[in-house]
Amino acid sequence: MDTLIFRTIAPYLASLMVLFSVFVLLRGHNEPGGGFIGGLIAASAFAIYGIACGVAPVRRALYFHPMAISGFGLLLSALSGAVSLFMDMPFLTGQWTEISVLGLPIDLSTVLFFDIGVYFVVVGSITSIALALEEREHA
Amino acid sequence: MAADGQWLTFLVLILPFLGAAAAPFLTRALGHNAAWVLALIPAFIFYHFAGFLGAVAEGETVAAGYAWIESLDVDFSWYLDGLSLTFALLISGIGTFIVLYSGGYLKGHQHLGRFFSFILMFMGSMQGLVVADSFLTLFVFWELTSITSFLLIGFDHSREASRRAALQALVVTGLGGLSLLAGLLVIANITGATSLSALLAEGDALRAAPLYMAALLLVLGGAFTKSAQFPFHFWLPNAMEAPTPVSAYLHSATMVKAGVYLVMRLNPVMGETLAWETILPVFGGTTLIVGTLLALRQTDLKLMLAYTTVASLGLLIMLTGFGSKVAVEAAVLYLVAHSMFKGALFMVAGAIDHETGTRDITRLGGIGRAMPVTFAAAVLAALSMGGLPPFFGFLAKEEIYAGLATGGGWAALLTAVAIAGNALMFAIGFAVALKPFTGERADTPKSPHEGPILLWLGPLVLGTSGLLMALVSGFSHHIISSPMASAVAGEPVAVSISVIPHVGLPLLLSVLTIALGIAFYLTLERGRAAMAATLTAIGWGPDRGFDQAVRGTVRLSASVTGIVHNGRLDVYMTVTFIALAAALFVPMIAFGELPAVPGLPSLPFYEVTVLAVGFIGLGAVIYARDRLTAIVSLGIQGFAVALIFMLLGAPDLSFTQFMVETLSVVILALVMTRLKLSPADHRPTRQKVLDISIASLCGAGLGLILLRVTQVPFDGTLSVFFAENARVIAHGRNIVNVIIVDFRGLDTLGEIAVVMIAGLAILALVRIRPGVAPIKAEKQRAKAVEKVEA
Repeated sequence: MDTLIFRTIAPYLASLMVLFSVFVLLRGHNEPGGGFIGGLIAASAFAIYGIACGVAPVRRALYFHPMAISGFGLLLSALSGAVSLFMDMPFLTGQWTEISVLGLPIDLSTVLFFDIGVYFVVVGSITSIALALEEREHA
Repeated sequence: MAADGQWLTFLVLILPFLGAAAAPFLTRALGHNAAWVLALIPAFIFYHFAGFLGAVAEGETVAAGYAWIESLDVDFSWYLDGLSLTFALLISGIGTFIVLYSGGYLKGHQHLGRFFSFILMFMGSMQGLVVADSFLTLFVFWELTSITSFLLIGFDHSREASRRAALQALVVTGLGGLSLLAGLLVIANITGATSLSALLAEGDALRAAPLYMAALLLVLGGAFTKSAQFPFHFWLPNAMEAPTPVSAYLHSATMVKAGVYLVMRLNPVMGETLAWETILPVFGGTTLIVGTLLALRQTDLKLMLAYTTVASLGLLIMLTGFGSKVAVEAAVLYLVAHSMFKGALFMVAGAIDHETGTRDITRLGGIGRAMPVTFAAAVLAALSMGGLPPFFGFLAKEEIYAGLATGGGWAALLTAVAIAGNALMFAIGFAVALKPFTGERADTPKSPHEGPILLWLGPLVLGTSGLLMALVSGFSHHIISSPMASAVAGEPVAVSISVIPHVGLPLLLSVLTIALGIAFYLTLERGRAAMAATLTAIGWGPDRGFDQAVRGTVRLSASVTGIVHNGRLDVYMTVTFIALAAALFVPMIAFGELPAVPGLPSLPFYEVTVLAVGFIGLGAVIYARDRLTAIVSLGIQGFAVALIFMLLGAPDLSFTQFMVETLSVVILALVMTRLKLSPADHRPTRQKVLDISIASLCGAGLGLILLRVTQVPFDGTLSVFFAENARVIAHGRNIVNVIIVDFRGLDTLGEIAVVMIAGLAILALVRIRPGVAPIKAEKQRAKAVEKVEA
């Protein structure tokens, strides 16, 4: 996989895919998409980047260990579910509010954070596996 | 009971746990003097419970609590009567001095804070156990005492013997705990009562039930393991590996009495049956004799005391099971007396060890002049243990003989057992209290002098209270003995015995006991030698049996693992897929649910194309020359399926399918390059035929079941519900996503947890390096155990 074209284009491709994955994640509630599929797209982006340019740059770019990202996601999901407990509602009851950013109304919800948690878990776990496998290949 | 009193009791119940959280910080700030502050916790608990004494002495009971899990009808509740109140006072009262003593005994220990933390947690668990009302509260605290005692016994975790003793205690009492849980469930099923107070109000219902025997055996399984009854007694002496404050507290005064507590608690509803009055005295009596005989053999002060504790517990069980009111009174008196004198003697043994550097009775002598206060405390405690007037132990002993010597062969036998046991305990009690202090000054590793106040305060107070309580026996009977005996007997009982000896059969038996005891004391050396010779001749004991059982289990699981987990991936896969095929076909054929043969559908041109792409992909997999090509070809088939999803109007599913296919191909390819397999697949023909048939069966089975599913009328209730409510309730138009993150959010939470754990496991598998055998550590451990045994 060590071709010049692939190596040159991989960073751009990966960043576009990550961008797209965030878009897919955020539109998920109303259009096809969501945390799981978004996470898969981002994970494949990192996998491609790793195959093209080696594992070290990917790890540098991620900054955190992928498994830590995964753990953070799980925590985020669990905590977003716990918010409703403080409002005397069962665990994981969705809470909604509307905020306005630059005059645009945006629906903000605990469900969104739950989905972001799913996204992180999927990205973290799959990337972690893929990177570990790639690392051995080059070692 | 006023509402504010209720929360105060609740606070008292959780206070030790709060203290346990604060203890390490406090110890860092104050050093061993933190003991003075931490002792305020049990002191306050004692003060709080003492406030109930008046009401309980008048025959009132206090039951209160909070709903815990309402949907399951589980409460966090407590019940105070004479029995639980006495236990609560013993635990908090002795606990106060134990905390102080720990400060002196472990002064300067680097983990003193952790020790305080553990001992407070244990205290809280024990407190909860004895005042618990609902079965579940009782069980939770019961298990907590097992766990905290595991932590305490294994406190000195760098020593192999400590770790083994801790594990042994956990296994034995943990198994007993499970037995207790089963017993409580049986009781709850028979009577419908889920709390002790409700059960006590049931009367004869339990005794009359056909499952009474099962309930009895299960509950006794819990009680006997916890209270170290023969043949489960072996863990208790081993638990002496713990620091002495632990031995003094857990293994004399409190935890081991949990089983006795349980038996006493259930006496009104389970007692007075033939089974009860046979099993309890037989096991109790055997334990009494075995315990004292084994105590004779020991030279270590703590071990001598430990075995007499085993014996005392046997005596208590025997008395409780005897089935007369006077025997119950005797059990109550002896329990209170024992907690005080045994706690004091253990602390004395610890103080001797601390000051001289040895606990071996044959190497100790003549230190009484150097440690006069400790000596005094030891003598006070031994006088009570020996049952001499005017000590509380004397009252207990008189009552024991008054209770047992009621005529009849059975009673005469038990009386003889009690006399023999008591005489031996008399000898050992005085051996511990006199031998180290009197006689010629022996050479000890350290030159002894009186310990700090923290070390002698506890034993002295406990020793003195054994005297005081007997002197004001009218008062102590009124507030302690009578209410407790009433609770155990299940009907009002008034204890009236006093220190003034009254001539009669009990006094005669007491004198006989003392005479025998003195004789045993004088011939202690010879008795020890004889016991040692006998035990060597027998050779095998339950302690070794425990090791054999553990080793046997390990060996069994190793051989089972060798069969089902043989390390050959192809075997696993074959078994898995055969099971899948069976799961698909067997129910379909057995219930006659094979699908009807469908007619050929008329497909539009583009759908036929997609199907063709899928088939081409499959063909490519089969005819691929090397593995990598096969993997990529499998991806083609997957993409075709994703296209079908798309055409049928499931964009989310199709989207996910695309991504999953892509990633699977990438990861599979990576794995293939890692595994260094030969690029092509060379299976022998026989293997190929087998694999092809299994694969075809699985494929056909899945296809048939899908066909069958589509032929059943579709129940659209859920689809309609989700379609109608996704927008209204969950503010989303994408139904699939709304189901994932909202309607079935808990499922998703579980799933992502699984994803993460699977990720961790795969990561570990990828990182694992061949050559490091985990078996090695196990082998080293076994060697160390053998050394300890030798």
